[in-house]
Amino acid sequence: MGKSIERQRNIIDFTLSSLLRRKGKNISLMIVYTVIVFVLASVMFFTHSIKKEAHLILKDAPEMVVQKMIAGRHELIPEGYMEKIGGIRGVGSVHGRLWGYYYDPTVGANYTLLVPQDRKIESGEIIIGNGISRSRLAYEGDIIGFRSYDGSPMNLAIKEILSYDSELVSSDLVLISRDDFMTLFGMPKGHFTDLALSVRNPRELPTIAQKISDLLPDTRPIIRNEIERTYDSVFDWRGGVMVLILSTALLSFVIFAWEKASGLSADEKREIGILKGLGWETSDVIMIKFWEGVVVSLSSFLVGIILAYIHVFFTHAPLFEHTLKGWAILYPEFRLTPFVDAYQIFTLFFLTVVPYTVATIIPAWRAATVDPDSAMRT
Amino acid sequence: MGIKPFRKSGIFLCFIAVSLLLVSVMFVYAFFRVRSDAGTIIRQSEIVKELQLTDLCLFTEARYTRNPSQADLHAAFQDHPVSIEHFPAGSLVMPPECLRRINGKVN
Repeated sequence: MGKSIERQRNIIDFTLSSLLRRKGKNISLMIVYTVIVFVLASVMFFTHSIKKEAHLILKDAPEMVVQKMIAGRHELIPEGYMEKIGGIRGVGSVHGRLWGYYYDPTVGANYTLLVPQDRKIESGEIIIGNGISRSRLAYEGDIIGFRSYDGSPMNLAIKEILSYDSELVSSDLVLISRDDFMTLFGMPKGHFTDLALSVRNPRELPTIAQKISDLLPDTRPIIRNEIERTYDSVFDWRGGVMVLILSTALLSFVIFAWEKASGLSADEKREIGILKGLGWETSDVIMIKFWEGVVVSLSSFLVGIILAYIHVFFTHAPLFEHTLKGWAILYPEFRLTPFVDAYQIFTLFFLTVVPYTVATIIPAWRAATVDPDSAMRT
Repeated sequence: MGIKPFRKSGIFLCFIAVSLLLVSVMFVYAFFRVRSDAGTIIRQSEIVKELQLTDLCLFTEARYTRNPSQADLHAAFQDHPVSIEHFPAGSLVMPPECLRRINGKVN
């Protein structure tokens, strides 16, 4: 056992000396290799974590939202629809949601105004998200001026600011009383923006959605599963776009690494010939090439994933946060929770380390089986 | 008896060992961060439940990017029939599935 370990250590010593003789070329290869692993791992860590976080946060979103459509566009839904939907067997409760958008020219941002169902807000008061507070420099007790649908000014006092740690869902929110909402937007009475409903048995959601579509053909039911899937699509798409942008660099690296790993230079062939001439076995030569592949790829892989982890979870992915996170004037400040699992690491390992290491062995095996005399003469 | 100089293999194996240790620390750190952030995620989830929210507040520049799960089926092209999507997030938010199914070109 000890002898075998010592033999491997000797081979590693020899491999490292051999790599250091061509250090310029090998170090540049390792830097590029590390950067590629770093970028792929950053995209993977970021998209996986934000998708997981979105799932956890939105797991209590309304089980179903029903919108009314007119000419293919989302329109206000009349109160009478609530009764009709409430009468469908399996529907638990139906609530009308009142919400809308308000463009604030002062900061050039859109706010989401919402009338809360269970939270009491007095007329003339609002509760705002932390993003609005930050961009408007507005705090508790301050007044924010709005312009209502008929142009008349409407001043609302800030009663409370939603907590910093809820920014991911509340950064641009303005919670407002029902009366103020109706006055601000000139909403017709007896209408809601849409309906949120709960069902008795979640497995019946698709059936109930179908029943609603049959009963009220001008409506569009959106079930929670679709809401959750939206965020998978958004971030899969973004990750894909990021990888696509980098695909030229990736392809260049693959060609460079393949050429470096699979083709042996004249020097390397001569080196193999000399080793064979000195009495080295073919298996020893293959072992050297195997270790060469391991040294380059494993080192780059480990450094790449560690740097990617620091980049995404400690420094908030500054290198490509705009591509992956998107941007907006009221962008929420949030700290991504590191949802990392071994599956991600193994996927990356099999995509980067294994192909390179295998690619180094095949040409070495071919060269090592050639007659030493002819190898030395090349 | 003199001190043996470091062998190159020793330095390499030490480097790999330290790197593997750091990778393990990554998992340990992730485990504790997930536990410590659980409260924040639960609070956010409670706000979602209380206010009946449907979307994350990520891209606020247009209604179909603020609430992508609630957007019209032909969102981004709703302002007028030949309106080409013009918001920055729109280029990164995937077009609706029905649109991709009907018109392969947008892929």
